[in-house]
This record gives sequence, structure tokens and C-alpha cells, in this order.
Amino acid sequence: MDFIIPQLLTGLAGASSLFLVAVGLTIIFGVTRIVNFSHGSLMMLGAYIGWSILTRLPRDPEWFVLGIAATVLCTAAIGVVLEVVVLRRVYRAPELFQLLATFGVVLILQDVTLWIWGPVELPLPRPRWLRGFVTILDSRFPVYDLVLIAVGPAVLGILWLVMNRTRWGTLVRAATLDREMVAALGVDQRLLFTSVFALGAGLAGLGGALSLPNASANLQIDLSVITDAFVVVVVGGLGSLAGAFVASLLIGILQAFGIVLVPQSTLVLVFLVMAVVLVFRPNGLMGRPQAEAREATLAAPVVRPAPRVLRILGAVALLLAVAAPFLAGDYYLTVLTDGAVALLFATSLHFMMGPGGMASFGHAAWFGIGAYAAGLMSQWLGAPMPLALLAAPLAAGIVAALFGWFVARLSGVYLSMLTLAFAQIVWAVSFQWVEVTGGDNGLLGLWPPGWARDPAVYYWITLALSVGVAMLLRRMLYSPYGYALRAARDSAVRAQSIGLDVQRLRIVALVVAGAAAGLSGALFSYAKGGVFPTYISIPHSVEALLMVLLGGLQTVAGPIVGALVYTGLADILVRSTDLWRLVLGAVIVLLVVAFPEGVAGAARRLWLRGREA
Amino acid sequence: MLSVEGLNTHYGRAHILQGMALEIGAGEVMVLLGRNGAGKSTTMKSIIGLVRPTSGRIAFAGREIAGQEPHRIARAGLGYVPEDRRVFADLSVMENLEVGRQPPREGLRPWTPGRLFELFPNLGQMRGRPGGRMSGGEQQMLTIARTLMGNPRLILLDEPSEGLAPVIVEQMARTILALKQEGLTVLLAEQNLHFASGVADRATVVEKGRVVWAGTIAALRADEAARSQYLAV
Ligand SMILES: Nc1ncnc2c1ncn2[C@@H]1O[C@H](COP(=O)(O)OP(=O)(O)OP(=O)(O)O)[C@@H](O)[C@H]1O
Ligand SMILES: [Mg+2]
Repeated sequence: MDFIIPQLLTGLAGASSLFLVAVGLTIIFGVTRIVNFSHGSLMMLGAYIGWSILTRLPRDPEWFVLGIAATVLCTAAIGVVLEVVVLRRVYRAPELFQLLATFGVVLILQDVTLWIWGPVELPLPRPRWLRGFVTILDSRFPVYDLVLIAVGPAVLGILWLVMNRTRWGTLVRAATLDREMVAALGVDQRLLFTSVFALGAGLAGLGGALSLPNASANLQIDLSVITDAFVVVVVGGLGSLAGAFVASLLIGILQAFGIVLVPQSTLVLVFLVMAVVLVFRPNGLMGRPQAEAREATLAAPVVRPAPRVLRILGAVALLLAVAAPFLAGDYYLTVLTDGAVALLFATSLHFMMGPGGMASFGHAAWFGIGAYAAGLMSQWLGAPMPLALLAAPLAAGIVAALFGWFVARLSGVYLSMLTLAFAQIVWAVSFQWVEVTGGDNGLLGLWPPGWARDPAVYYWITLALSVGVAMLLRRMLYSPYGYALRAARDSAVRAQSIGLDVQRLRIVALVVAGAAAGLSGALFSYAKGGVFPTYISIPHSVEALLMVLLGGLQTVAGPIVGALVYTGLADILVRSTDLWRLVLGAVIVLLVVAFPEGVAGAARRLWLRGREA
Repeated sequence: MLSVEGLNTHYGRAHILQGMALEIGAGEVMVLLGRNGAGKSTTMKSIIGLVRPTSGRIAFAGREIAGQEPHRIARAGLGYVPEDRRVFADLSVMENLEVGRQPPREGLRPWTPGRLFELFPNLGQMRGRPGGRMSGGEQQMLTIARTLMGNPRLILLDEPSEGLAPVIVEQMARTILALKQEGLTVLLAEQNLHFASGVADRATVVEKGRVVWAGTIAALRADEAARSQYLAV
């Protein structure tokens, strides 16, 4: 049992870094109501900038502290730029678009960082004073970890003082409660928001710089940190400083012991704890029910049947799609197959998001579960393709039911964050459980059997299944179930009062969406000849969101159009530039800034205006 | 002091204010009367800038303010007390006042917590209490005090008597008269004609976002027909 104390201390040190990031996220959310996806990127920048500064300074403790301070200022300044250039313009946009815009920032910062510092990990050579040890209860313990352990509570204390003893802090707390009233009392919200963002960014930068001596600056920090930070913030309760601290401790210690006790499944453990917390306290340990943001929110979109023109267009497009193998070359046939898969993937997300009102930031989880289910069936049981294709939606549906049981009660941001965290866990499992999943190498050799191996035949199979299931989903939307689901989305309370079981409606939506996405994953795997962890990556989840939002939530045709446009664009983009993340990110940000109500929403408005005039 | 002309405001497609007009002189207390949903609150929100009017003019102290941002309008010397109180529930009385604080205004004796506690003695006895744990009447006092901390020249009071016990309503009337004594201009929204007649000099009656009657409060009390047509429940 002599590992307990050292592990505990390691856990506490980890908790401190986690807290620095999570607390910034939570403060920013409290005031601006924006879940800042790019917060992890700010930490990553903190690490890189810290590396650049610290490696140029003398290696004494005073200089180390100075260097860290300079890093904090730099990231705070970057935060200001981000807020002024991007976020300020999307405060009135719907929640999802805000998340999407900050994700665009993640993509941009990825490429910018890669471009400035290169792809190689940058470790910080540790000066002697940082390598010291202290002996506590007979075990040697790194001095630096003790420093880290002290930083967390110190920052919490300082923040508490700032929040409770300064005018600025009072204004911030007031704005968290009712920012409109704060404005009506003569406070310039813009200054407040910008300064809050600067503080959050500075804290993330501090976290990044302080993590350097133990880790290194690398390009994976952004997404791995943001997932942990989401978990902490959800467990602690959105907007609560103390909650973020307690949750950081909990998660940090859990991770430290998890690594010793159950090395392969730390993430799963973390997720379980989060699930348990949320079952008993849906708003987190110290969170409160989210106040209505006290501002006119955009009404939820109505899903309406397609007009005649669109149906005819759709029929023509389908005919063309069926005839495509006779017209297009091999390369375009693979792009078209991808398009058909994307169509199903996007439609399944739209099903839970549009009519279901549940935005998912981890839709790739279902895609991946389906893909692995098919791959494992074929690899380990030698199942033929049709059976594997059947197993995929079943597996994804079952997992979705379990997951839904936990999350169906949650709303809005909590749900989005949880779906993301869940997808990260599925990803981690696929990545770490090498014996079963093949880890990074994936499951290889998953090809269609002889009769379906011809790309044209496989394309037809994919097309038939994708379009067939998409039609089925459409049918469900106009069935009594679909109406009930929409009623539940528009007002859970009212739906309940007329006797609808809102939870069950939502779980069913999750299961249906999960199963359909699972099928698309399996179809994709057979097209690519294998299953890989990248299927479950965050960018893949975001791709689905992009397709849906590009096409618009209002129509069933939306995700279909979105999927096809996106697949085409991405194909061109990836083939034509190395900086595709930068371009894609910039496009996302521009779209959200230019059309805060969504591209389809803007198109609809223009269309309506044209008709009324 | 404040002059509103041809003000139109929409909520989405609903046309709520349809050519609203008002004129208040310095030091006056004017009451906006009208039934539920007549557009009293919308008028106030349009003036302070919380809702953006679609068209029309709002001049305050000789300056055009229509369409400006709320914090600019507030800093120009317009105070707003919302109808649903909106105290900051987690913040103490002192902190609520702090949020409202603005620099002193030329020619006005600046409000301080000390002076406000003379006006609202019960607030002085609960300086550390969070706004969420106060009675409705106390919260109403607190919102008024909070707005006064901004040293406004004109204050918009949206139904300050709503849901209060008769004793508190009387106290509220005395407060408004005291503010008038201080030289403050007041635009009051009310449904309670009795309360309004005790404090206001002039009345403007609104229906469906339009002015349907305007004159002195005495004239309104004498005009039985107008009262029963526009105000009777
Ligand atoms: N946020 C809103 N969105 C849509 N319509 C609104 C909104 N707020 C008010 N309305 C509508 O505008 C009209 C005027 O409302 P307003 O609140 O100005 O009335 P009021 O005179 O203050 O009534 P009351 O005496 O009940 O406070 C009403 O018909 C109301 O339904
Ligand atoms: Mg009102």
C-alpha cells in the first residue's frame, strides 16, 4: 500500500493543472454563456509560448516565475483578440453556433501552432532546482509537484478575493445572474466580457506553462485537456468556482489512482464517476439549475415537409446517384460512397438534434461503435458482411440506450458536453484496448465479400441502405412518435402534462440516431477496408455537426444537402492544401459570424423576403 | 427632459408599440396607465434600450438616444427599475448597490449607501443579506436604491406597487414624493390609479401601444368616461 501517498500527491498535482483550465472555462461560461471549446487550445498555446520564453531565460527560479508571468500575459492578450474578433460577434447566436465557432478557433489554432512550432513535441529541460525531491513519509517526492499542489488552492483563494472583494468581481457575479440588468445599470458588458475572457485565457495559459516541467508542449494538449475540463466543469457544476475545485480534486485523484489500479480504463472510470454524480445531482456537485439566460432566445426550428420542387429535385438527384457508377470514374465513386455514408451519418444526427432538440458533440461515438462492432464480428467471429452490418446498429443502439438512460434528463450544454466526453471515452477504449481493437493500427482487412467487392456494387449497397434508412427516419418524424418528440423538445413541462413520457421519447431518439449512425460507421469501414480510432475523433463528430448546421435544422433535406456539400468541399480542400484545418476553421468562424442564424436560416429569410416584397 | 415621438417596437412580427408618444418636463412625475399588455413595460424597455425600437425618436436631455445600447443610455442619466425587480439574488444588499454605482453627476447630490439607507431604513438593517432572501417589498426598495446609485436625472419605475402590501405601497408613495423633492424626474408605469393619483402630476393612458388619453391626473380623475373605457378591469 506504499503507493498511496505518492499517488495521492501526484493526483493533487494533476488536480491543480486541471483546476486552472476548468476554472477559466467555468468563469467564461458563467458570464458569457459560451462554452469555449477553444479553451484547451489556449492552454496549448500557454505551453508553447511558455516553452519559447522559458528556454530563452536564465534557469533560475526568479526567471522561471517571471517567464510564467509573461506567458500568462501573452495568453491573456490572445484571449482578448479572440474575444474581440470572434466571440463578441456570436453572443446572440444560438448556443450550437457558438460552440461551433469556438471549434473553428480550435482548428485554426492547431494549424497556427503547427506552423510556428512544428510537429515535434517540445520538452522543457528541467533546471536543477526543479529536479529536487522532498522526503515525505519515507517516499521521495518531486518538489515541483508540491509547487503545483500549492498553486491550485492559491489561485482559488485569489479568485475568491477578486470575485468577492472587488468591484470588477461584483460586476462579474452580477452579470452571471442577469447580464441584461447589469447593462441597464450602466455597465459596459463588452469590457466585462473581454476582461473575463482575458482572465480565463490567462488561467489556461498558466496551466499550460506550469505543466511544462512535467510534460511537454505538444499538439495533442488542446483536445485532451478540453475533454477533461468539460468533465470537471460538468461534475462541479457549470459556473461554480468551488465546484470546479472540488471536481478537479476528485477527477485528478481518480486519474492518479486509476492509472495504478486499472491502467486501461481510467477514462471509463472517470466517466462512471461523472455519470453517478449527474444521476444524483443533475446540475453537478455545486451547480444550480441553469437560469434562463434572460434574453430573447431564438425559437426552436420547425421541421416542415419539403415543398414539391424539392421533392422533384430529390428524385432527380437520387436517379443521378443511382446512375453515377456509369458516369463517374473510380476515384469519384469512392467520394460518392463517402457521400452516401455521410448522408446517413448527418441524417442520424439531425434526427436527435432537430426534432429531438439534443445537440451531440460526440456523434462519432455511435459511428465508431458501429464500425468496431462490424469489424470485431468479422475479425473474431468470422461473420459475413450482412451479419456484421446488422450487428453495427444493434450494438450502437444498445450502447445508446444505456447512455441515454443517464443523459436523457440533462439539457442543453450539459448534454452536449457529455456526449463529447463519452465519445472521447469510446475513442480511448478503441485506442488503448490494443488486444481487442488493434489500438492505433485498427482492425484491418475488412473488405466486402466477392459479390460486393466491385466498387460500383458496394456503392449501390451503401446508397440503398443510407437512403433507405434516411427515408425511414423521415417517416418516423411524421409519425405520432415524431410529433410527440417535437412536443417534448419545445416544452418538456407541457409535454409531460399531456401525458408524454419525455425521457422515454428522448432515449428512443438517441437509440434510433445511434443505431443509424452505427450502420453508417459499418458501411464506411467496409468501404475503407478497416476500422480505426480516428473514426471516433472529435473532428469527426464536429464534421457531422457541420453538415447538419450547414444544411439547416429546419428541413429533413437539410442534413442531406449539408452532407453532400461538405463531402465535396472537404475532398477538394484536403487535396488542395496542407493547411486544411486553418481553412476549414476560418470558414466555420466566418459562416457563424456572418450568418448567426445558420446558412439555411439566412437563406430562408432571404427567400421569404423575396416573396413578401 | 424626455420626449418620445412616433415610437414603434416589434417583438418578432408582433407590432407592440404603434406610434407611442410622451413628453415629460424636468422634475415632473408622469404616470403611464393602461391594462395588462397595453405596452407600458415595452415603452420603458424601448426607452432604456433593452428592446430596440423599430422606428421613432427618443430625446433625453436634448440628446437622441433611440437605438443606443442600454449602458450608454443609463450613463446618460436614465435610471430603470424593472417590473419584476430582478435583484441579483446571490449578491448582498451592499453588492447590489455597488453594481448600480456610477460616478457623481454634475448638479446632483450623489447618492451613497448611507443616504439611501435614510430613504429606505429597512435596507440599512440587512446590508449583508443576499437579495434572494428578502421579501418582495424589500426587494422592490433594493431595486430602486440600486438604480439611484447611478445618480440618474430621470427614473423609469415599472409598477413599483405591484404585489405589495398596502402599508408598503404607502411607503412607496412617500418614497416617490421624496425623490420628486430631490428634483428627480419620474416616469411611472401603473395599473393602480389610486396609487398613481397620490404621486403623479400628469397621466398618459396607453392601449394597444398607443396613447389614448393624456392630461393632468386631476383631469383623469374627473373624466369618468375615459376611466371606465380605458382603465376599468
Ligand atoms: N418578450 C416578449 N415577446 C413577445 N411579446 C411580448 C414580450 N413582452 C411583451 N410582449 C407582448 O407585448 C405586449 C405589451 O406588453 P407589456 O409588457 O409592454 O405590457 P404592460 O402594459 O407592461 O402590461 P402589464 O401591466 O401586464 O405589465 C403584450 O401583448 C405582451 O404579450
Ligand atoms: Mg408591464
